Amino acid sequence: MLFKRGAEIRYSEVTPRETYLNRRSFLAAIPLAGAALFTTRASAAAAKLAAIKGPFSTDEKPTPFADVSTYNNFYEFGTGKDDPAKNAGRLKTSPWSIAVEGAVGKPKVFDLEAIMKMAPLEERIYRHRCVEAWSIVVPWIGFSLNTLIKAVEPTAKAKFVAFQSLYDPKQMPASRYAGIAFPYVEGLRIDEAMHPLALLCFGMYGQALPNQDGAPVRLVVPWKYGFKSIKSIVKIKFVEKEPPTTWNLSNAREYGFYSNVNPTVDHPRWSQSSERRLGEFGKRKTLMFNGYGDQVASLYAGMDLRKNY
Amino acid sequence: MAWKRVLSNRGLKIPVFLLCLVPVLLLVLRYLHQELGANPIEFITHATGDWTLRFLAITLAISPLRRLLGLPDLIRYRRMLGLFAFFYGCLHFTTYFWLDKFFDFSEIAKDVVKRPYITAGFVGFIGMVPLAVTSTAGWIRRLGGRRWQMLHRLIYLSAIAGVIHYLWLVKSDVRKPALYGAIVLVLLAERAITAFRKSAAARARGAIKVRPA
Repeated sequence: MLFKRGAEIRYSEVTPRETYLNRRSFLAAIPLAGAALFTTRASAAAAKLAAIKGPFSTDEKPTPFADVSTYNNFYEFGTGKDDPAKNAGRLKTSPWSIAVEGAVGKPKVFDLEAIMKMAPLEERIYRHRCVEAWSIVVPWIGFSLNTLIKAVEPTAKAKFVAFQSLYDPKQMPASRYAGIAFPYVEGLRIDEAMHPLALLCFGMYGQALPNQDGAPVRLVVPWKYGFKSIKSIVKIKFVEKEPPTTWNLSNAREYGFYSNVNPTVDHPRWSQSSERRLGEFGKRKTLMFNGYGDQVASLYAGMDLRKNY
Repeated sequence: MAWKRVLSNRGLKIPVFLLCLVPVLLLVLRYLHQELGANPIEFITHATGDWTLRFLAITLAISPLRRLLGLPDLIRYRRMLGLFAFFYGCLHFTTYFWLDKFFDFSEIAKDVVKRPYITAGFVGFIGMVPLAVTSTAGWIRRLGGRRWQMLHRLIYLSAIAGVIHYLWLVKSDVRKPALYGAIVLVLLAERAITAFRKSAAARARGAIKVRPA
């Protein structure tokens, strides 16, 4: 019955608020095996995606799904915040594969389904801070990126991981006005990529990712500015040198390779000391590493974060 | 000509005035229906900023249109349109220092000094203040037509600063600020060409006077 629902149905309509608010107890009641049910992933955009409760979740209130799915930066589908929700409908997300290559013992082109079977899907509620000084709280669904990394056995030469988004101008006609080069590329240092917080993400709010939020598979790196969390990934390459990243190529002075959330280092054009959480009237103080300092600060011990912005 | 009769009709000012209020009324309606999107304050900031630039461009278009269309009566609307540019500029500025900065004046001062796009926007806004103040008939009399006109050329600065403010604020897609820039450029270029022709004509007349001697 779940799969008979049309693609237009919103999460908020599917799940009564009470059930949603009590989801923890509901999820706790079902055994681990629940995740296996959904290895046969439905192709519908609003397909439900079950997940067990994962680590690192904040108890902050998730931003409404309607906001997270209509206020997006996904320049392949237009530069207006509401453009991706309008234009990403034509993105074909199935079949989907990711080429994992470079300095690894077992390079392979994976079908998305095969990757999703690698580990139980977890729901992790993360803070997400955009470089533009707005933020959201999102119940993502996925598992640690390091699950996939371990599976391909990186060699000693794998110092960095380079990611690449799909770029198909036919599906993304608005991309030619974006003013940045495509395909969109991003990168992490290998220890950052191996950090359990770094999430390989397939869904949010109990369902598969909406196209505008990076379907069918994206990265979520919650201690970095949002643009590091690359969407609609088609290629992952393990490399020895720091890989190029899209916003850094576009404007190196404004967007560094690391781009860790840091309230003490301003963007050249605006302050990063505070942020507007969508749905809130006032502004919040931005937290160092977006509040994940306890987990990730050690990755940057001894580094000058003003220089390595 | 029918157009001339329409424009010289005093009664037309009221519908034009109401039309100029439509953008702000639409914002209020959207607010009441909760249709300002996921980031309402950003929506309001962008809408009021857009309308400030549009009214600046419309105001700047009056003089060229008077010349090109032969409709001198358009002048009747210039002050009102200019004041609407100031009105939307005030809303835009208020949104910034209230809803974005919450009256934190030290933060605002830092912004104005440190951030070029804020500096440009601030200059553009401040440039409009003396024009709004001296927009009355009394001030034209007090300053004298010539000096008043000189002062009111400050609108060129406000329009240019406004476009730069927008251009420096976008991340990568410059289409909209470039469009505003092109419009303002055309409107200013028309003035430069007109002024050049006038002075050339005056010189030519002067030359004719000299020759008979």
